[in-house]
Amino acid sequence: MKFIVCINHVPDTETKVKVGPDGKTIDKAGVNHMLNPYDEYAVEAALRFKEKMTGETIAVSLGGDTHKEALRKALAMGVDKAILLKDDSVRDSYSVASALAECLKTLSPDCVLFGKQSIDYYDEQVPGLVAEMMGMPSVSVVVKVDVQDGKIVCEREIEGGHEIVETKFPVVLSAQKGLYEPRYPSLKGIMSAKTKPIEERTPSPMASKVEAVTMSKPPAKSAGKIVGSDVAAVPELVRLLQEEAKVF
Amino acid sequence: MKLLAFAEQREGKFKKSAYEVTQAAGKLAEQLGGEAVTVVVGNTVSAIAPELGAYGAKRVIVVQDPRLQYYSTTAYAKIVAEIAKKESVTALFLPASQMGKDLAPRVAAKLDAGVAADCVALNVEQGEITGVRPVYAGKANITVKVTSPVKIFTLRPNVFTASASNGATANVEQAAVELTDADFSAKVTGVKIAEGRPDVTEASIIVSGGRGMKGPEHFHLVEELADVLGAAVGASRAVVDAGWRPHDEQVGQTGKTVSPTLYIACGISGAVQHLAGMSSSKYIVAVNKDKDAPIFQVADYGVVGDVFEILPALTEELKKKLHK
Repeated sequence: MKFIVCINHVPDTETKVKVGPDGKTIDKAGVNHMLNPYDEYAVEAALRFKEKMTGETIAVSLGGDTHKEALRKALAMGVDKAILLKDDSVRDSYSVASALAECLKTLSPDCVLFGKQSIDYYDEQVPGLVAEMMGMPSVSVVVKVDVQDGKIVCEREIEGGHEIVETKFPVVLSAQKGLYEPRYPSLKGIMSAKTKPIEERTPSPMASKVEAVTMSKPPAKSAGKIVGSDVAAVPELVRLLQEEAKVF
Repeated sequence: MKLLAFAEQREGKFKKSAYEVTQAAGKLAEQLGGEAVTVVVGNTVSAIAPELGAYGAKRVIVVQDPRLQYYSTTAYAKIVAEIAKKESVTALFLPASQMGKDLAPRVAAKLDAGVAADCVALNVEQGEITGVRPVYAGKANITVKVTSPVKIFTLRPNVFTASASNGATANVEQAAVELTDADFSAKVTGVKIAEGRPDVTEASIIVSGGRGMKGPEHFHLVEELADVLGAAVGASRAVVDAGWRPHDEQVGQTGKTVSPTLYIACGISGAVQHLAGMSSSKYIVAVNKDKDAPIFQVADYGVVGDVFEILPALTEELKKKLHK
């Protein structure tokens, strides 16, 4: 079976965001990038599926050369092959999904895995778009998955609980934190990842359907007040919440 | 110009977002000189559909079928896309809930539409709808416009107003969309709902605990305060990663982004990733023993001191004041 995990390379969560010179995207100067944290859960799921069902794991990423770092990390974790869809253009989710679907169609996957979202743009759309473009069922925000005789039973997180979803291969899944604990790359994995080739492909260009007009920093919260110290401050805090903030 | 709002319901009850989305679409239609329609999908939902009138809906389209008892990505997407086509709508509005976020991209691919996701404000500029959406977990906002002929917007729950006016009624129509087994290729067979407290993404008050709680055995202090307020319990990444609290409570850049009316941070220092996830809360209270903790820079009200003393005192004071 073929398990394909689509991964992204995103600004580190420590990044202090500054608006860039174009006024529409962040200033990338000095920003460190990392494998999107949710994608680690997806990589782990792909590896476990392979361990259980045998087959092949492939990591795919769309972006510039720097995305090779994310692909190397996936290789170091144990993924068999990596494909970079080399593209430096600015794409929205629809355009990213089109490029991924174009590549995935040539690979005939049994299962396509994603992290539930990238932590940069928070769109949370690419898995669903790809699934629809591929004509495959999908389950998003998966926190548990069990495969028995080709039947897949997932639990997907919803507000205050879980939905139990039954489906079959081929399928698109997006992983939520808690699905599996991602493994650390072994030293051997890291060494062999350095020598594994990364196949490069050129995706078809596609115009975006969503355009940024401006980017701005949210209005800074004005420094609040220290109501006081210790238990003595409690009555005043409650009074302020009731009379000034009127929250209850 | 016609706008379509998707009203989310579960178990035959509207989510608050159904009112928020309906009202937002209605307001925009007014500004644009157009018309707004709301669609409701489910099993026995025609009984609740008229409720939307109070939130400004004039026309509600109901699609019901026993197979739609539970949410189904593919079936719901087919229905919403077909209604959108039949009604020739130019813009669709869905909640940025677990259902809406799952549904929007599927519908988008069927309609060749761009999605402005998780909007916290919608405006009309030169006859065009623009959305404001937080990115990098709230570290920045972008204003976006959708350039495809059909445009989709998802609205962050709890942010848009939903005020009911008495006496307004909606015309409810039934519509049929043909469904086959293939439309249920991923089938929800059941829902497990945790009893008790609201979810962090839906709650108007959240009480959150961090490393300053010093261990899972002390979280009852956070829970007791939450329960007096009918609040959700949240957690910082540190305590989730330590296994003290479940993943679904995590607030921050790799957890939930929340916008409650009141956020009470207990023993949370305020790492940049956490602040990103909660700083759009309307009011923030911080309780921390370190007066230099970054959380105090975003807090409207800060109390410097020991959470183990302050939380029980706060719970007691609130019980008195709220007569509980």
